[in-house]
Amino acid sequence: MASSLIDGNSILAIDVGAANTRAVFFDVVEGEYRFVASGIAPSTAEAPYKDVSEGVRNAIGNLQAILGRALLDNSRNLITPSQPNGSGVDALVATLSAGPTIRTVLVGLLKDVSLESARRLAESTYMRIVETLNISDRRKPDQQIDAVLRARPDLIVIAGGTDGGASRSIQKLLEPIGLASFTMPDDKRPAVLYAGNEKIEEEIKTLIGSLATSLHFSPNVRPSLDTEDLEPAQRELARMTINIRKRQIRGVDLLDSWSGGHLLPTAYATGRMVRFLAKVYSSKKGILSVDLGASAAIISAGFSDKSTLNVYPQFGLGENLTGLLNYTKLEDILRWSSLDVSPGVLRDYMYQKAMYPSAIAATKEDLAISQAIARQALYLAMQSARRDFPRNVAGIKPTLTPLFEPILAGGGALSDASRPGQGLLLLLDSIQPVGVTTVIIDQNNLLPLLGVTASQNNILPVQVLESGAFLSVGTVVAPVVSAAYGTPILRATLTYENGTESRMDLKYGSLETLPLSSGEAGKLTVQCLRGADVGFGPGRGGTIPVSGGALGVVFDGRGRPLDLPADGVRRRELIKKWNWTLGGE
Amino acid sequence: MQAPVHHIVGLTSIVRERLLPVSGTVLARLNQKVSPTDVVAEATWSREHVLLNVAHQLHVRPEVADRLIKFNFKDMVPANAEVAIGEGLFPRVVRAPREGRVAAVGGGQVLLEVGESKIELRAGIPGTVIEIVPNRGVIIQTAGALVQGIWGNGRIDSGLLVNIAEKPDGVLTADRLDVSLRGSIILAGMVKDAEALQAAAELPVRGLILSSLNPSFIQLAREMRYPIVVTDGFGSMPMNSAAFRLLSTNAKRDVTVNAEVFDRYSGARPEVIITLPISSEPPASREVETFAPGLQVRMRRPPAMGMIGVISAIKPGLTTLPSGLHAHAADVKLENGETVVVPLVNLEVVG
Repeated sequence: MASSLIDGNSILAIDVGAANTRAVFFDVVEGEYRFVASGIAPSTAEAPYKDVSEGVRNAIGNLQAILGRALLDNSRNLITPSQPNGSGVDALVATLSAGPTIRTVLVGLLKDVSLESARRLAESTYMRIVETLNISDRRKPDQQIDAVLRARPDLIVIAGGTDGGASRSIQKLLEPIGLASFTMPDDKRPAVLYAGNEKIEEEIKTLIGSLATSLHFSPNVRPSLDTEDLEPAQRELARMTINIRKRQIRGVDLLDSWSGGHLLPTAYATGRMVRFLAKVYSSKKGILSVDLGASAAIISAGFSDKSTLNVYPQFGLGENLTGLLNYTKLEDILRWSSLDVSPGVLRDYMYQKAMYPSAIAATKEDLAISQAIARQALYLAMQSARRDFPRNVAGIKPTLTPLFEPILAGGGALSDASRPGQGLLLLLDSIQPVGVTTVIIDQNNLLPLLGVTASQNNILPVQVLESGAFLSVGTVVAPVVSAAYGTPILRATLTYENGTESRMDLKYGSLETLPLSSGEAGKLTVQCLRGADVGFGPGRGGTIPVSGGALGVVFDGRGRPLDLPADGVRRRELIKKWNWTLGGE
Repeated sequence: MQAPVHHIVGLTSIVRERLLPVSGTVLARLNQKVSPTDVVAEATWSREHVLLNVAHQLHVRPEVADRLIKFNFKDMVPANAEVAIGEGLFPRVVRAPREGRVAAVGGGQVLLEVGESKIELRAGIPGTVIEIVPNRGVIIQTAGALVQGIWGNGRIDSGLLVNIAEKPDGVLTADRLDVSLRGSIILAGMVKDAEALQAAAELPVRGLILSSLNPSFIQLAREMRYPIVVTDGFGSMPMNSAAFRLLSTNAKRDVTVNAEVFDRYSGARPEVIITLPISSEPPASREVETFAPGLQVRMRRPPAMGMIGVISAIKPGLTTLPSGLHAHAADVKLENGETVVVPLVNLEVVG
């Protein structure tokens, strides 16, 4: 068992993804925590291994080779704590996103109130809603029982009733759930989370306590009609997700044991880190983290008074890829492609890729298609997540992406991009940030690992974040304006620390950059034309401090929302041009 | 680096689980020789339920209703049977609307399982029962050729293999399916239109082995009552040379097409099994290999997607691919003599 992280110096963080398992080593270097190295190996949740511990050991093995330090003993067990001979590690934490989508039934009283809260709660983990029950459901109880049985749920999330409020209705709704569970074999019964009226917990225990594999309670997600509090229930659900995975996949229990119970779903750990950052760096703007990987698209946003976490397995780029077509047309994906690809070729590609989620794009053509899909998946995820953002967030237009500072991007599709510009353009297209924001690529996918560490060691995340382990792409300036293509919309002057200046005129429809290296700072003065708004108000300019990055200061003058030309030839030419501007070929 | 294995092998020991989806009765015996059509286990399964709210119908409290209910848990209830009779001079009666079995009783209610149907689990492959899984099914062992596919429509059948795909990139069209193919398993290349699948159903055939399938016809293929195994992918992909060679040289033999739905977590895969006479049990194929020069591999993604080759060298460190991505990679010599650089994660070992 790993020792407490408070006492430990070195920390091994493991992330078990759908495609890859990563082992990341943090240690104290010159008095501060640093990201030292990472090892990677294919994940082994799937057949023929069916045991995540194999991939974990392989990833640690690869990390050992890089570090030149033994972390596993001859029996491939973790050496902990660290030994006088330099081997071992003081503590281990872990995150997990591998595994089949969790089939979830939602139960709530009112469709637009408690059922919505239950939906938001369930969307904080890797689930798919397979059935819903609410008070206005017109089906007979036996039809509801059959519907639940057909849905074969792994999880049932129940919300409803304000504290001390309605109890009869929720009990009535639970009867079909209890009876359906009763008719299931013991090993198929779902786990149940009750996050409703706290006054009837004892009755809930009586009704379904003996019929679920595990019945968990969390504080009411809707203590009153106009209040929603998801965080305690999200924490409970995160733990339940791990318990469901323990039933589904071998080796998860070992990883949980190695981590001393510090194993969390990757998305939850990311959300926790974003909440933490939003508190530490509180500002009027929100903090946004987007993660696009094989298992899901994850959008986590932190605002001054609320955080949101949305996990969309249906927009993941792995085994669920063909499911993306339930949400979008092939033509909508192809609008992002720099190549002239037919819808048929794209469809074949998606079905083939879903068979082999860990396969990567080896050719330029393959990469162009995969990036087009990634754009549309992230675009849809962002559009969906925006529904749950607070209404009072700072923004330029309510219909556009709110103001964020910074935007953190991770996950295979973004961090594996061959050039920073490729990842940035993908973000600009799909997230469509507005105003002025810093974009940071989590190239080592550290964010969730810092999140899982944060509750045990709140120094490590801050020190690692400030250590340069993340790749700053630069500052993005995206004015909101309506103008004709080629019309000047913004004039910018970047003043460097040595007093020299660079100037740039931004025309509508174009992307431009001004160089400002990583670690450098500068002052950016913008003059907004044609009523362009970068956050100071329509047509108003100003001077702001900016930090450098791999691409310096990037000006996105393509308009918000981004409206791509309908003509395919012209659109593809523009996409190539934008790619080229950001360092592509 | 460890490598996944895609089985295309001329002779191997094959061990397969055949399990009921629900608990039932195992009919087969240990060491029994079975043919593909033998029923090895059976179960009854109700897909529907009827909930009788006795208390509500009799206008009594649930605990009173519980006393009046005449049936117990798991009792069979005939259609129209009196489930409970109320009290008084003119008592109300609650009757079973359908025949069923009591799935739950209490709280003044009776839940009936109705619409019971029988599930028969067939052996699927010829072989010997080497293990009984109590209440669920059997494990069968056989020996022969094995060709795994990547997609199946969930059905299983056996029959004589007939090759009408003259080459790996042959296309199956409806006009190629004549009455002489009735009851056969057909090695048939790619399917690009719905008519070919319908024509195969009308004959009917006992199974189709396809190289690739247009994704538009996946739903139709699922609805077909004969098994369909796709060996290589979606769209217009020719059959990989190893599978085509093995299948075409075994034409006129009895084969089993187990078009099991691919499940990456359980390891279930669609497959074609050709049972062969043996004098001694051949070794089982390995499920995992380590990438090394000399191994036969199949490309999962471009370049050369679906083609078979041999690893000529594992490249040291990370290789920059034409896409610009960096990955561990190998030089793979294709059957046409060309050598391509392929990331290891895009390869699977064939064997």
